[in-house]
Amino acid sequence: MSKITLPARIENLRRLVQFVSGCARHQGYSESRTNEIELAAEEALVNICRYAYPGGEGDIALRCRRSGRDRIIIEIEDSGIPFDPLSASEPDLRPDIARRAAGGLGIFLIRKMVNEVHYRRDVNKNILTFIVSPERRPLDARKEHARSTQGRKSA
Amino acid sequence: MEIVTEKGKECIVVSVKGKIDAVTSPDFEKGLADLIEKGEMILLLNFTSLEYISSAGLRSILAIAKTLKAKNGKMLFAGLRGPVKEVFKISGFESLFKIFETTEEALKSL
Repeated sequence: MSKITLPARIENLRRLVQFVSGCARHQGYSESRTNEIELAAEEALVNICRYAYPGGEGDIALRCRRSGRDRIIIEIEDSGIPFDPLSASEPDLRPDIARRAAGGLGIFLIRKMVNEVHYRRDVNKNILTFIVSPERRPLDARKEHARSTQGRKSA
Repeated sequence: MEIVTEKGKECIVVSVKGKIDAVTSPDFEKGLADLIEKGEMILLLNFTSLEYISSAGLRSILAIAKTLKAKNGKMLFAGLRGPVKEVFKISGFESLFKIFETTEEALKSL
C-alpha cells in the first residue's frame, strides 16, 4: 500500500492527483484509463479542498492498494465536516445554455469514471473509496460482458 | 495550460494547450472573459492540443457561454479528442454546443 498526506489546498492538487495516477500506471493501467481515474480523483480532491474545512485548515490522506488481480482501491480521507458526496442530486444535463445550472458535474463524473464509489463516516473522518479496474464499465457489467463474450464464442 | 488566440474574419480562434483543471480554469475563464470584454462575439475553441478537462473547466465554459448567449454571441468547438471528447459527451456538452472535427470545418460553418 502506498500513501500520501498533504494539506487540503488547491496548490497541492496536482501532487495528490499525480500520486493517484502514479498508482494506476504502476499497476500497468493504460494512459486513457489512468486519465479517467485522475479525473475522478481531481473531482473528489477539489471538493475537499474547497468545502471540508470551512474557516480552517486540514489534511487530505490518500491511500492506494491493489486488490485481487487488477483492481486498485483508492481511499480519500479528510477530517472535515461530515459530507457524503454521493448524496448529491443528479446534475442538470438539459441541452439549454441559458437555463442549465453549472453545479453537480464533479460527482457525476466520479460515478462515470470509477467502477465503484463508496462513502463512509468513520468517527470524525470522511472516507471516500474508489474501486477501479483497467476498464471503465461497472464491475457487474464486466462480468456480464465476459459472459456474453463467452456466449458468442461458443455460438 | 497555454492559450493562443488568432483573430479571424468572423471569429476569434482560441487554441488551448495542456490541462483545464481546478488549478488552471480561473485563468482560462479570465482569458475568455477578457476577449468578450474586448468585443469578441464568436469564440472558436480549438481543443486539438487540450489533453484534459475536469468539471472546473466545464463550469468555466458554461459561464462564458451564458455571458455570450446574453449578448447574442456564441461559442464553437473543434478538435476535441480522447478524454476531452469523452467528458463533453458524458456531461451532455455535445448537445449544448456546435462541435466540429477541425477548425477549418468550424470556420466554414460561419
